[in-house]
Amino acid sequence: MLAKRIIPCLDIKDGRTVKGINFLDLRDAGDPVELAAIYSREGADELVFLDISATEQKRKTLADLVYRVAEKINIPFTVGGGIATVEDVDILLQNGADKVSINSSAVKNPQLINDLVAKFGSQCIVVAIDAKQIDGEWIVHLVGGKVPTTLRLFDWAKEVEERGAGEILFTSMNNDGTKNGFANTALAKLSEELNIPIIASGGAGTMQHFTDTFTKGKADAALAASVFHFKEIKIEDLKTHLKENKIPVRL
Amino acid sequence: MKIVIINYGAGNIQSIKFAIQRLGYTAILSNSIDEIQAADKVIFPGVGEASSAMHKLQNSGLDAVIPTLKQPVLGICLGMQLMCNTTEEGHTKGLGIFNVDVLKFSDKVKVPQIGWNQIDKLKSELFTGISNEAYIYLVHSFYAPLCKETIATTNYEHAYSAALQSNNFYGTQFHPEKSSLVGEAILKNFLLL
Repeated sequence: MLAKRIIPCLDIKDGRTVKGINFLDLRDAGDPVELAAIYSREGADELVFLDISATEQKRKTLADLVYRVAEKINIPFTVGGGIATVEDVDILLQNGADKVSINSSAVKNPQLINDLVAKFGSQCIVVAIDAKQIDGEWIVHLVGGKVPTTLRLFDWAKEVEERGAGEILFTSMNNDGTKNGFANTALAKLSEELNIPIIASGGAGTMQHFTDTFTKGKADAALAASVFHFKEIKIEDLKTHLKENKIPVRL
Repeated sequence: MKIVIINYGAGNIQSIKFAIQRLGYTAILSNSIDEIQAADKVIFPGVGEASSAMHKLQNSGLDAVIPTLKQPVLGICLGMQLMCNTTEEGHTKGLGIFNVDVLKFSDKVKVPQIGWNQIDKLKSELFTGISNEAYIYLVHSFYAPLCKETIATTNYEHAYSAALQSNNFYGTQFHPEKSSLVGEAILKNFLLL
């Protein structure tokens, strides 16, 4: 049976791991390659590296990091953050990334999704969507949730699927950093309306939150950063908890 | 041991090279027919779209060479699918090594299937030391149905071939190079054939 996936997310700045609380107020916590190897040993199903640096050397630093991670770990990983062109993706895949995730660049130029899918295949193109619920309406946001767009979450998600993306990584800005649980109502609606896997992100605080996002939220995978990062939840314990709650996991 | 990963411009092959390195062996990436024919083990990877990958094989003349190889050959993911008779993806004619036609999953399930699923009914030296229901990592929208050459099954929508074997030719739908310790053991079994 296909297992539900647990995905630690590592925020990367200038080759180092950081995690923002509500995307602000960064805290430093280690070497990404070491952390990746630890997560992999502890039973993470996949990893996401999100590069939030904005330097001119960014592209090369990230490609080097991807290469070092690919050399060391034996589970799949996705790389995102500032990816805007077919060439950007080509470099990351050549260096050993399994998937890339695009966000703002897809909103600004939706054709990019089609171009990437045509060149590299659906299986390696993840579209990340950050959305905030405003007056009952889920609105897509850019720049780590700071800038609202005119796009509605469910319309944009449908378009992303039609353009060929292999997966959607949905972050609820209302939930992110709160540790109050995932946005399960919106997640369930995405899963019902779309036919590609949905990764839940934003709000993980307890093991029960993961159970809820797989049952109530119908998510295919759940992503979190700080609860794993600061060892508030151990992946092995989480998977045991999920298994006890009859959720299929790889143990 | 000379291990060649066929480099025909289809997808992420670094990962396979690194996985072999972690096992203590060295693999070279090559599209040279001479080098491929002289190898002890050949790995035929593939990620992306079937018809364009097949065109790349044809352009380098590898479509005629691969089916004539005598050493152990391992096709991975799209590589395995291209070793079949045909694939529904891009209505592509394959290499005809495995006597089965590759089909698309229906919309009753989420497509692509992405993640960790289990292999069962294992029957090949490729799976020495691997237990039934072990988890492996898959990413795919098309699948090879069960057939005489099936050596492992997985369930998604229905049972299908997780791996195939015909004489010296092996194929896995899953990615051993991304399947943690189970995948490494399977890759090692292949290298020790």
